[in-house]
Amino acid sequence: MTATFFDEMHAADGSVRAHYRQFDRWLSTTSPARVAQKRAEADLLFRRAGITFAVYGEAAGTERLIPFDIIPRIIPHEEWVMLERGLKQRVHALNLFLHDVYHDQNIVAAGIVPQEKITGNTQFRERMRGVNVPGGIYAHIAGVDIVRAGAGQYYVLEDNLRVPSGVSYMIENRKMMMRVFPELFAHERVAPVDHYPDLLLDNLRAVGPGGQANPVVVVLTPGAHNSAYFEHSFLAQRMGVELVEGRDLFVKDCVVYMHTTRGPQRVDVIYRRIDDDFLDPLAFRADSMLGVPGLFEAYLAGNVTLANAIGTGVADDKSMYIHVPDMIRFYLSEEPILSNVPTWQTSRPDDLAYVLDHLAEVVVKEVHGAGGYGMLIGPAASKAELEEFRERLKADPARYIAQPTLALSTCPTFAGNDVAPRHIDLRPFVLSGRHVTMVPGGLSRVALREGSLVVNSSQGGGTKDTWVLES
Amino acid sequence: MLSRTASELYWMARHIERAENTARMLDITSQLSLLPYRQMEPGQSWAEPWAIPLITTGLATDYYARYSELSAESVLNFLVSDRSNPSSIAACMNAARESGRAVRGSISQEMYEDLNLTWLELQSRMERIQADGTSEFFDWVKRRSHLFRGATFGTMLRDEGYSFIRLGTFMERADNTARIVDVKYYTLLPSLDDVGGAVDYYQWSALLRSVSAFEAYRKIYRDTITPVRVAELLILRDDMPRSLHACMNEIYDILKRLCEADSLEPERLAGEIHAQLHYGRTEQIFTTGLHEYLMAFLDKTSQLGQEINDHFLVPSLG
Repeated sequence: MTATFFDEMHAADGSVRAHYRQFDRWLSTTSPARVAQKRAEADLLFRRAGITFAVYGEAAGTERLIPFDIIPRIIPHEEWVMLERGLKQRVHALNLFLHDVYHDQNIVAAGIVPQEKITGNTQFRERMRGVNVPGGIYAHIAGVDIVRAGAGQYYVLEDNLRVPSGVSYMIENRKMMMRVFPELFAHERVAPVDHYPDLLLDNLRAVGPGGQANPVVVVLTPGAHNSAYFEHSFLAQRMGVELVEGRDLFVKDCVVYMHTTRGPQRVDVIYRRIDDDFLDPLAFRADSMLGVPGLFEAYLAGNVTLANAIGTGVADDKSMYIHVPDMIRFYLSEEPILSNVPTWQTSRPDDLAYVLDHLAEVVVKEVHGAGGYGMLIGPAASKAELEEFRERLKADPARYIAQPTLALSTCPTFAGNDVAPRHIDLRPFVLSGRHVTMVPGGLSRVALREGSLVVNSSQGGGTKDTWVLES
Repeated sequence: MLSRTASELYWMARHIERAENTARMLDITSQLSLLPYRQMEPGQSWAEPWAIPLITTGLATDYYARYSELSAESVLNFLVSDRSNPSSIAACMNAARESGRAVRGSISQEMYEDLNLTWLELQSRMERIQADGTSEFFDWVKRRSHLFRGATFGTMLRDEGYSFIRLGTFMERADNTARIVDVKYYTLLPSLDDVGGAVDYYQWSALLRSVSAFEAYRKIYRDTITPVRVAELLILRDDMPRSLHACMNEIYDILKRLCEADSLEPERLAGEIHAQLHYGRTEQIFTTGLHEYLMAFLDKTSQLGQEINDHFLVPSLG
């Protein structure tokens, strides 16, 4: 079975790929006892530093470590060059698309995206129409999920344009590797990722209201019990800006202020880690305790910038995903560098029929779902689960899309004291503001259970350090 | 800085200080409870030693709502591990860590890791109290508090956040020292007539030890322990780090820095309390009555706490 998967480290004949040779030499000459001791040390350090995430549905305040695997995912330089170009191209086009969606909708006029897919989308925000956001940037931070399948081709699995998380683990994983295995970095030229918060701050400063030179930037978090709270506080600290909760902010005459020990202080740019729905109880969900009453009005008045903008969800749901290659052609007159995974739209009768016939072979996802919840992995599902999804699909086909079960690439990973191949993905982060920028790398997630294809941390996935080799 | 951040830092420091003071008080109580009181002072209605920490903390009512009898085991349980008592050591350490976590970007990484490590160790430490002995546990609590203070002193930027941490520490400490001095006088000595009378050496040394002042007393006075000197040491001397005067020195200094033209009331009030200690004399304290003096002090510091709260920590809508 392993032979059918592309392995990042080993070629089909079992030989070690060139970009993994240094690492392989290190691993085979380091005593298992030392490796085991270092793995335990890394665990202890993560726990002591409180780099944990909260798990929904478990007892309040439950915190877990995301398992960290010490075998890095290594990306050769030339592959990264291609990935980076492809990702920047894609995010650039998505930002142009979002601008178009909320202005002239030329792409609809051109017959590329049907009107109802935009205006009928629950993530479409009617009130954003005609609103000009600074720099025309909507998705300031994008976390694009990339997988490798088949013979080693990269595919884009998802464009996360709302509040993608994980970047703090990218940075902390590197810090941990450098602390625990400094000798590894003496022999490899691994591109640094630690400057991500600087790039982020630079991009956020570039989109202040009215283009002002030195805007006050804050990070808005739902609070300490949110699953990604560690990341929110990490980014605020590394950028040197305030980490605020909704109750720290208030709006007066369409201007946003925060309560400080020296009175109210004006806020210009909010890197918000709260979904649209919870941002402002006056404009969206009235029961939200996390938001700031009046924030949306202040935003529409152009007195504050939200990153990401309101209404980006219209571009990253799975029904819009299929149109991204055409968006790139339409807005940039370029051929897409990165491919989409072939996708069946179950809202189409032909596709639905095919999917229902092949349910045991495909992956079915909710159009608006995220986090690995509410999906069906055909080959791994029980008969009962297949039947349940069959009924759900028939009842509401537009709610889902389906994709072939990809033979995700594997990477050697510690399972107990042995090393075995496990499936991985990659989430690089693309920043837009002053320019479209990236740090070389991303978060590699790994499905720790044998044969599992679900890498989400909420579903028992782990992470690895991601090395982009310099030329 | 954000008012909420200032508030979390202030309360984080107060909770750590409170855990330490509770540990100190319980440690001394354990030692006192080993002394053969009744035999030593026949005819005197000494308070049961295990009542002292309850009276000092003002938690006697809460205690009797949960436990029917006064026993060492129950008092220890109530003040060490009972999480339904917000002043128990476990609850304080938990609250301090929650506060630190809520504002972890505003404290140094070493500080947060120290808080987190304390919290991670707490459970196993509490399970081992029987095996390790209570003294070992209380020493551990004090050590964790010392370490945190050291990490704060050694790694934190001297910004506003640092000021609010220090403010919390000294507000809590002043409150505690005043309560400890007060209760010792009143529970150990049935009437004011006994003040200055033949008091057992161990009780006085225990009182001094509970605020780490025993060695200092010896160094300064080189003489037997008398109540007047203890009061002088713990109230008026500004070179005793846990005395009321030393605490108010810090509080007044911090508030002078923090207060601006539109928030002078906390500074004024702190200055008033500070002046009383700075220019006070022991004779005057005993003329007023020590208990009355300390009650007035606690009343004023509680007012000051309210002013700090209103001006910095929970601002009204601007």
